[in-house]
This record gives sequence, C-alpha cells and structure tokens, in this order.
Amino acid sequence: MLQEESDLSLIIAQIVQKLKGSNLYSQLERQAWASLQRPEIKLESLKEDIKEFFKISGWEKKLQNAVYSELSVFPLPSHPAAPPEHLKEPLVYMRKAQGSWEKRILKSLNSMCTELSIPLARKRPVGEQKELLNKWNEMGTDEPDLSLFRPVYAPKDFLEVLINLRNPNYENGDSLSFRTHLGLIQVPLKVKDIPELKECFVELGLNIGQLGIDDSTQVPPELFENEHVRIGQKVLAEQDSAAAQQYIRQGSPTALRAELWALILNISSQPEDVLYYEQLKTNVIQHDLLVDSLIYKDVKLTASNDDYYFVFEDYLYQVLLCFSRDTSVLSHFAFNSASPPKSYIRGKLGLEEYAVFYPPNGVIPFHGFSMYVAPLCFLYHEPSKLYQIFREMYVRFFFRLHSISSHPSGIVSLCLLFETLLQTYLPQLFYHLREIGAQPLRISFKWMVRAFSGYLATDQLLLLWDRILGYNSLEILAVLAAAVFAFRAVNLMEVTSLAAAEKKNHLRELKSMYLDDIVKIHGLFWLF
Amino acid sequence: MSRVLVPCHVKGSVALQVGDVRTSQGRPGVLVIDVTFPSVAPFELQEITFKNYYTAFLSIRVRQYTSAHTPAKWVTCLRDYCLMPDPHSEEGAQEYVSLFKHQMLCDMARISELRLILRQPSPLWLSFTVEELQIYQQGPKSPSVTFPKWLSHPVPCEQPALLREQGLPDPSRVSSEVQQMWALTEMIRASHTSARIGRFDVDGCYDLNLLSYT
Repeated sequence: MLQEESDLSLIIAQIVQKLKGSNLYSQLERQAWASLQRPEIKLESLKEDIKEFFKISGWEKKLQNAVYSELSVFPLPSHPAAPPEHLKEPLVYMRKAQGSWEKRILKSLNSMCTELSIPLARKRPVGEQKELLNKWNEMGTDEPDLSLFRPVYAPKDFLEVLINLRNPNYENGDSLSFRTHLGLIQVPLKVKDIPELKECFVELGLNIGQLGIDDSTQVPPELFENEHVRIGQKVLAEQDSAAAQQYIRQGSPTALRAELWALILNISSQPEDVLYYEQLKTNVIQHDLLVDSLIYKDVKLTASNDDYYFVFEDYLYQVLLCFSRDTSVLSHFAFNSASPPKSYIRGKLGLEEYAVFYPPNGVIPFHGFSMYVAPLCFLYHEPSKLYQIFREMYVRFFFRLHSISSHPSGIVSLCLLFETLLQTYLPQLFYHLREIGAQPLRISFKWMVRAFSGYLATDQLLLLWDRILGYNSLEILAVLAAAVFAFRAVNLMEVTSLAAAEKKNHLRELKSMYLDDIVKIHGLFWLF
Repeated sequence: MSRVLVPCHVKGSVALQVGDVRTSQGRPGVLVIDVTFPSVAPFELQEITFKNYYTAFLSIRVRQYTSAHTPAKWVTCLRDYCLMPDPHSEEGAQEYVSLFKHQMLCDMARISELRLILRQPSPLWLSFTVEELQIYQQGPKSPSVTFPKWLSHPVPCEQPALLREQGLPDPSRVSSEVQQMWALTEMIRASHTSARIGRFDVDGCYDLNLLSYT
C-alpha cells in the first residue's frame, strides 16, 4: 500500500509540475484573483469558496481535462534508479538499434548537404522574406527545382532495419525450431492475443452499435444513429475529455468530429496559441532550412498526387514548415526512443552554449510524412487550429510509427501483432505467402507506418482514427491490416509472387474498400 | 523515509543444474547469488533495488538472528516474486525493481546474509541475472522541524471584555484569517512557472555546421 501511495503522490507531483508552466495555470490564477471580488467568496473559507466557484464556472472541468490529457500522454513515473534513457526505451539493444538508425539518417542528410552545397540552414535576405510572406497562402504554386533532392528514407528502408533487429540475449539459432519466428520480426515482444484484444476493444463487439456500419442506409436511424448523435452532442456540451474519449470508440458523427477530437486532445484555440503559430510562421519566413526542401518534395510526391488531398497542398506547407520550427515538440523526446539531431553554430564546434537542434523540432521528415497531416485538413480549416491538432496527434501517436521501441503501440510491436494474428488465424494463407516469397508484412508495413492514410478512403480513415483516439493506442492498425488479409484471403491464396500480390487489385485498391465490408464480413468481427 | 546504503559483497552467481554443466544441452534455469555484508553488523533491511536482466522469478532467503544467543537461521522472505509476467517475451526483462520490507514474508530485523534465487524457465534466453544490486537499511529519522510556538498554537490571551463590547471582531478569528493569507502568499511566492522559451537560434544566428554524430 505504501508503494502505491508514494507512486500516486509522485504522479501528482509530476502532473502539477507540468501544468504549472501552462496557459491554463495562468488563466486559473487570473480567475482566482478576479473571483475575490465576488460576494460569495469569504475570507475565512477562501480555499473552499474558490474551489466551489471553479466547479460552477466550468474551470474545474478544464483542469480535469488537462490532467486527463497529461495522464494519457505521459508514461507513468519510472523507478528512481532508472536513468532518463530507460524512460525513452527500457531495452538496451533497441536503444542501440535506434541510435545506429539515426546515425544513418544523419549521414544521409549530411552527404546531401555537402553534395548539393546547400547549407542546413540559411537566413533569408529581406527581399526573399517579403516574397515568401506575400505568397504564404499559395506556396503550392511555387515550382522549385527539387530534382536533386531525395527523401532521407522511405518506409521500406526502415522495414529492413526492423527485420534485422536482434536481441543479443535471445536464442537466434539458424536451424528451424519451435523458437523461430516465421514472420519477418525476430524479437520476442509481448503482443496481445485474441482474448486480450477482445477485452481491450470491447466496444467494437458485434452487439454494440458502430458508426460507419450501423448508420448505413439499410439500418433505420432510430435504432442507433439518432441516439448516438444525441449522446455526442451532450458530451460536447459537458466539455468532458474522458467522456468524449469513451464515446468516440463507437465512431464519431461527421458533424461533431472536429470538436470531439479537439476535446479529446485538449486543444482550445486561445489567442496565445494563434500568436504562437504566428511566431512559428515568422521563423519560417526568416530562416530557410534544408528540411523545407525535403518537405516540399514529400508533399509534391505524395499528397499532391492523391485524389483526395491535392486540394490541401497549401495547408500542408503551412503546417509542416511551421512544425519544423516548433521547439515545444522537443519535450516529447523524453518518452520517445529517438533523439533530436544536434549541431553547433559554425565556428563554435564543441561549445555547448552554441549547441542547437536541427531541425528545431528534432524531427526529420521521411517519404510520406505529409500524409499524417493531410486527412486532418478535412476537419480543420483554420491554420493555427489545424497545426495544433496535428502537433498533438504527432506527439501522442505518430512518432511511434517511425522509431524503434518496445512500446505496445510502437511500430515493432504492431508488426509483430500483425504477423502473430495472421499466423494464428490464417496459417494456410501465411504459409502460402511465405512460400512464394511474399511475406505479408512487406505488403502491410507501409499501411501501418502511414496509419492507413492514403490507403483508405478519407471517411473510412477518419473512422479508423476515431478509434485510435478512443483507445489511445495504435494496435487497431495491426488488427485492421490482418483483417484486410482475411477479407481477401481467397484471392490471395491464388497469387504466385509478391509483385502479383501487391499489383493485383486485391490489396492495391484498399480505397474502394469500406471498413464496414471488411469489419462485417471478415475483419474485426471475425476476430470475435 | 530516509534510507542508507549498506556496503555489500555480491558473490558470483552459481547455476544449479543436474548433471554435467559442460556436456548437457540445456541451459540452467536456476541461479543463486549470495550477498554478504563483511563489515556490517546484523541490520534491519529496508529496501532492495536492482536492475533485472531477463530473470523471470525471484526468491530471497535471509540469514537472520532471532535472538541474541541462538545461531542465525535461514528464512525465506520472498517466494517466486514475478519479474516477467510472460517468461518468453520481453515484458519486464530489463526493468528497475524495488522490494520493500513490507512486501516480505517475515520481519527483516538482524540480517547477516542474503541469498537470491533466480529462476528463468524459458529456454529462449542465453543468460539471465540481476544487476546493480543495492541493499538499504533504514536511515536516521529526520529531525522534527520545530515551528515557532506562536504560529502553531496561538496563545489564547485574555480578552478584555471591553473590546467585544465595542463590536470589534474576535481576535482569534482575525489571527487565523491572517495565518491563512500568509500561507497563501508564501505558496504563490514559492511557486515558479516553467515558461517555454521557444527560441531555436543562438542570438538570432542559426548558421550550422554539419550534424554531429554522438
């Protein structure tokens, strides 16, 4: 009991410390001072009266939402003897693997820099600054010469690194035995099995209504849809983050989605936030980074070529360029196994007071990165709000999809979960694909790394991301990937090569699939 | 509660295995680590901390003096404590662990020796052990802070009847209100906000060398 109490006080102390630096804290302080003038606040019961005032005026709810947000994002405090690296990633060999992978990325970026003789960062001359400011809202019309730039890495390069991940203390014998993993991932991480998934995703059971399925034209709206919308409106009126997160597990009505996501992610557009975004915009205008060209190239190659997202090209630049300058993102590296790249001001190599991170937010974009932002453009049209939502989604979820870690929502665990599900429940299909040299993970990896963005139709994708927010976990991506294979199992048994498996319309045209088809016939409900 | 590190000598681990260690195919699933305290008198154990390395279950036996004249006896104080919920997977494999006196099966007074029995039933791991073992005993109690008397127990002074008749407020109530206000101002003064800086350049300059590999 003593241990639990001291753990609890440690968590409380950590959250209080974190919230003390936030806008909410200064707002609460201001409100408390202002409330002293109210007649119901008496001096002898000052504390209780102010607490009562906060409860009535809704400020207590805001504080509750902020605390809930902190609990969702931050890992539990670790053992006092554990060094900071342990919080980033407890397994030593994974930390080492992430370090080597990062070194490769840095080398690649440095060599691009020297080959093209372009500096990592450059202050823009005043004329150029004015020009950029004028065409801020239409940067997509710019056609810079990006032919010499290449993305730093693509998901398939990352997959090769994950395939070669080995635990030095694990029996990685050459001969096949019961210990050999038949899939591509060879590390024995703990992944949930079907009974555990059933327990975890209980709201996705057959007997509970789902949006995207039970609101289709064949089902009369009185049965589920109307009531669900009514509850959603009530949740929004109450402004309760925890309730919203529970509600959204059954899907969100389109009209309420933007507000619900903002409530769950605890984003409220205050004047300070708009000001912060404007400050980032100024930073973009003043300094030109090499990373900007990578972002341009990525948007041109991916989002601009996508039927759903090409209209949002300008928004994508406005969000991603500002994202690269945002130093507040650096705080998430405390629980991310990755570390931000470091450099020094020219001429001051080795002097710590001239050490800086590059890019300022520590995140180097890879091929397809802009697809994390693109679906959000359907929900938010005001650039600073769109920016805040994307940043929060990144530091809560997306960073786990491109760093090597043992976290249950990390990409390594997702890959292992996918392979384990497929092997356990579709052993014939798994064996067949393996025999023809088409390991299933080679096909589904790119879907999971991008959280299915660009691979599913947008309305279906947003229903999927509803569940990611609702369960605060990315495991649903692995389950959906396995479900897609289950859905197309019959066709896949007929293919004879990896190229055929990928090229044939079975898997390529995910976009025409409806989640309800997959889910109803074969997928998640099949699992249950 | 303060704690004091007890200097200990950790002997090398001994594998318990049936048959010849060299020729048998399997790996030992049980290891024993003895911990002695050469320069310390029998003490009361408060806490054990260590870093796990693929050990699944831990048992601890202690050599304890029950009374002054009887010889010390071995007692099991922890039996099959689970460090890895699934011995075949990585969960809990490299975690930092603390074990406290209140989790033990017996009282931890007058300990002279410790024996850790590590078990790892899964054949998948090449080796297992515990690292960074540290034993703590209870430290001296922190000295009680003495508050000035007037702060904690305002002396009820005699109330001249005159004051009350004049309709002035009750002095003890006023003093408790002043006390609360003082406490609030102290709290506000003590807290400091951790403001976000937001600058990524150094004095307006962001002209960089190539990225460093550390």
